[in-house]
Amino acid sequence: MDYSEYLVDYYLHPRNKGKIDKPSARAVKSNPLCGDTVSVELRISKTGKVETARFNGTGCAISSASASILMEHFEGKSTREIKRADGKKVKALLGIEISPAREKCALVALDALKMAVSDYEKKRGK
Amino acid sequence: MAGFSLANVQRDFPLITGGKIAYLDNAATTQKPVSVLEKMDSFYREYNANVHRGIHRLSERATDEYEGAREKIARFIGAKSPKEIVFTKNTTESLNLLSRTLPKLLGNRGTVLSTEMEHHSNIVPWQNSGMKFDYVPITGWGGELDLDSFALKAGKASIVTLTHASNVLGTINPVEKLGRLVPKESFLILDCAQSVPNMPVNVGKLGADFIAFSGHKMCGPTGIGVLWGKEELLENLPPFLYGGDMISSVSMKGAEWNSLPWKFEAGTPPIGEAIGLGEAVTYLKRIGMERIRTHEEKLASYCMKRLSEEIPNARVLGPLDAKKRGGLVAFSIDGVHPHDISGILDNFNIAVRAGFHCAEPVSKKLSLPGGSTRASFYLYNDPSEVDLLIDGLKKAEFLFKR
Repeated sequence: MDYSEYLVDYYLHPRNKGKIDKPSARAVKSNPLCGDTVSVELRISKTGKVETARFNGTGCAISSASASILMEHFEGKSTREIKRADGKKVKALLGIEISPAREKCALVALDALKMAVSDYEKKRGK
Repeated sequence: MAGFSLANVQRDFPLITGGKIAYLDNAATTQKPVSVLEKMDSFYREYNANVHRGIHRLSERATDEYEGAREKIARFIGAKSPKEIVFTKNTTESLNLLSRTLPKLLGNRGTVLSTEMEHHSNIVPWQNSGMKFDYVPITGWGGELDLDSFALKAGKASIVTLTHASNVLGTINPVEKLGRLVPKESFLILDCAQSVPNMPVNVGKLGADFIAFSGHKMCGPTGIGVLWGKEELLENLPPFLYGGDMISSVSMKGAEWNSLPWKFEAGTPPIGEAIGLGEAVTYLKRIGMERIRTHEEKLASYCMKRLSEEIPNARVLGPLDAKKRGGLVAFSIDGVHPHDISGILDNFNIAVRAGFHCAEPVSKKLSLPGGSTRASFYLYNDPSEVDLLIDGLKKAEFLFKR
């Protein structure tokens, strides 16, 4: 597997890491394989736009970098885009081949994002 | 075999011949020598038939080979009789067999005492056995059992079950000494998955009532494991799985059980696999278990030395004295996740294991949320593969330098 400089940089210097004061939605997902836990917090506008996205947690380079890259990517986009995103999208954003054994690491943050959005919509009665 | 020549040994294993890969994941499963592959191939090509029932020559030959494998394995571990060798799927199934049958014999009364360094297969079956469950803690990074706690708890336990050699810490437990602390009327079970493949083990000297091990960790195929038990104890145990071959006669009112060891072997067994394991044992015996042990000890010792000298951020789990541990070295490196280490090593054709190694409580105890990285050696590994490992680790450290 290819650990690109791009990916390692996001791991060592994560963007969008932290917490949000009174988030509109939050979710925690873990990956038992790595012992990774990624928590996600979102502030979502009335029109369904992700205004702020933050993650927290510890894990391997793939899961941490993926979380950081995804938060950065989805900030400013609509929740619909999170719902539409899939593994292919994550791989394109990471820009590397992911071996099957590491796929779960790469996708744990996306799972958390989707869970946060779906909880948010349920709460709002959508 | 005249001498233990590494080059000759490596040539016996097609998958690793010629340094195609530094395979250092032997505690998970080992590679298979040509003789085992050929033996299994000849079963399927030349005498494939079911055992114990056919009145025809193929079945008779298959039965002879199947039972012959059992005899070889019995001799290999010093069992009194082949009746004491029950074929199972693996160590896990052997331990499950005991966790389902011993509590029945005891009417679910009493406590099962396990340890904090066990593989999940020697924890979870007992947590779900219907008996009370307790464990002996480990001392910490030194990876030894808390002997005071063992002495205190073993005297009150009806079943004591522990690993002979830990698959994470490497620790070889002083089982003969510990066994003397277990009351005579209680049962002592040893998980020998990491000892029988790697060092001389003689059940006559261990002091255990039952031991369990897997074929695939000792040059044999997957799908075949062994439960050894003292004959009179196996005789008293109720059956585990019910069905064909484990009965002597059946009516619509009930059944009588077959004699040992077949009472515990319901249904068509893994015949080719058992025959393959028999051949694996022949192979290991030819090399010599004492030699294998010495070879692994040297590799583990060399690996720990290079780690401590050249990877200052690495910390080895378990005893640092190679005499006290098996041929595996698990370590953690500050700032680099085990999965990333093994991912990077894989780029250099080095296979190691990363994570909890199916023994999560050890990682919890040592506060390693991502587990550790483990290099485990076998007879065909050599010091140059440790060199490759160290080079790979240096590259991983460099990549993740903050």
